[in-house]
Amino acid sequence: MKNILEINNVTKFYKNSVKALENVNLNIKEGEIFALLGPNGAGKSTLINSICGIVNFNTGTIKINNMDIVKNYRTTRKITGIVPQELNLESFETVWNNVNYSRGLFGKKPDHNYIEKLLKQLSLWDKKDNKIKELSGGMKRRVLIAKALSHQPKLLFLDEPTASVDVELRKDMWDVVKKLNEDGVTIILTTHYIEEAEELSDRVAVINDGKIILVDEKDKLIKKLGEKTIKIELFEPIEKINGNLSKYNFTLDQTNKIISHTYNLNSNTTDVTELLNDVKKDGYEIKDINTEQSSLEEIFIKLIKENNNELVRS
Amino acid sequence: MNWYGVKAIYIHEMERFRRTLFQSLASPIITTSLYFVVFGSAIGSRITEIDGINYGSYIVPGMIMLTILTQSISNASFAFYFPRFTNTIYEILAAPLSSFEIVLGFVGAAASKSLIIGCVIILTANFFVDVRIDHPLLMMFFLILTSITFALFGFIIGMYAEGFEGLQIIPILIITPLVFLGGSFYSINMLPEFWQKISLLNPVLYLISGFRYSFYEVSDVSLLTSTLTILTILIGCIIFITYTFSKGYRIKD
Repeated sequence: MKNILEINNVTKFYKNSVKALENVNLNIKEGEIFALLGPNGAGKSTLINSICGIVNFNTGTIKINNMDIVKNYRTTRKITGIVPQELNLESFETVWNNVNYSRGLFGKKPDHNYIEKLLKQLSLWDKKDNKIKELSGGMKRRVLIAKALSHQPKLLFLDEPTASVDVELRKDMWDVVKKLNEDGVTIILTTHYIEEAEELSDRVAVINDGKIILVDEKDKLIKKLGEKTIKIELFEPIEKINGNLSKYNFTLDQTNKIISHTYNLNSNTTDVTELLNDVKKDGYEIKDINTEQSSLEEIFIKLIKENNNELVRS
Repeated sequence: MNWYGVKAIYIHEMERFRRTLFQSLASPIITTSLYFVVFGSAIGSRITEIDGINYGSYIVPGMIMLTILTQSISNASFAFYFPRFTNTIYEILAAPLSSFEIVLGFVGAAASKSLIIGCVIILTANFFVDVRIDHPLLMMFFLILTSITFALFGFIIGMYAEGFEGLQIIPILIITPLVFLGGSFYSINMLPEFWQKISLLNPVLYLISGFRYSFYEVSDVSLLTSTLTILTILIGCIIFITYTFSKGYRIKD
């Protein structure tokens, strides 16, 4: 699959000499959902604002569809849409005018049929004559999405799309994002809700202190960096850990009936079989077994922690 | 050229004018009427004529200029500062629009609003005094050029202002005094020689003088000097905006 976005050695300093991005290299494939993860102030918004032309970057090149975004800004911006993190909307304008205004800005001929379809798709049609100030936070977020889609972009940036949105609406938004992607829109989302990246993305990048510290497919990342925990539930509690079980570094729950043992999926061998044999050898009968894989969130925290430690050391 | 983009900004701004039509028009109409009451009736009873023109009629071009200048500046400065304040500017910056197209949309709308208000003032003035326009095309030329020039000036204020208070400082502290001291309500020939020379340093004098010439063929300075002055201010504003945009100052980090 071809790259729709190519970022090469992009560096960005703010006026106060704060380095927001440092030699960022990233390729985004056409048709994927890409999640950019990072803590607050890591450079996520600066990166997407640089791509969209909202801030100027200092060095490096950014190409959309193999066209430089500075030299060919008209062509590249026409196929790019952005949903900002904040609910930046004109409160006294109607939904209809707001969305049509955005389409015009991006150089597209008015198309009321398309805008009607879009508003219906985002459940905004019955609110089209309402002023923005009359809408709920969730509705405003949808209006921002409608504005970003008003000119039918091929590449959509969602900057923290579900920030301060309730759980129900968040799931609703996820459905919207999935549907857009099915319709052929490449999506790049920044988030610090790991659950969101886990649910939506095909690939993930982790950014910290302005540097991309990791890019990988989400599933591979979970598999590669993930640890697994086996939970063995016994019929009888373990009174004292001795015998064969004393060589393991497992934990017990409060009832002393559930053994939690963590192992790494990357290892060529695990001691799971041995542990199960030793449980039996020591005379305990197994009631149930289940395994839990580390979430993207745990991986993310681990990566950021390691990266911060490296930064402190250097 | 992204004409749809320019049109979108223009219509968006004119829509704001339509929404507040009553306030937009009531204010200049009331102010003009008050000027006629104060200057036309009170002072006009003592100064009957200037350069052979009835005093009430003489002050009409100056009053129009006063309104055009202040309205162009406030319309354009507010129009551009407001999206900066609400952060909706992101959309304009992300759109396939050149600096020229952005300026064209905002300044075009601000100048259009001023022109409408200018025409309303001419109509209002007709209720109080006889208004004669000897050179209508020249009058329109000055009216349009002044509206555009000061809308550009307002746009600069909108780019640099750090708060709503900042939008008012230059119009109140600089523009209004310059208009009042630029012969809006008198001819500089009525002043002592020293103050006449000082008045010649005021660029607004040249605008009002040229504009008044288009009405009654009377002026304090030559028409050519007036035209060159307004064109110089126009070019100065364009250069300043181009420079500011190229640096991304105040708009892009």
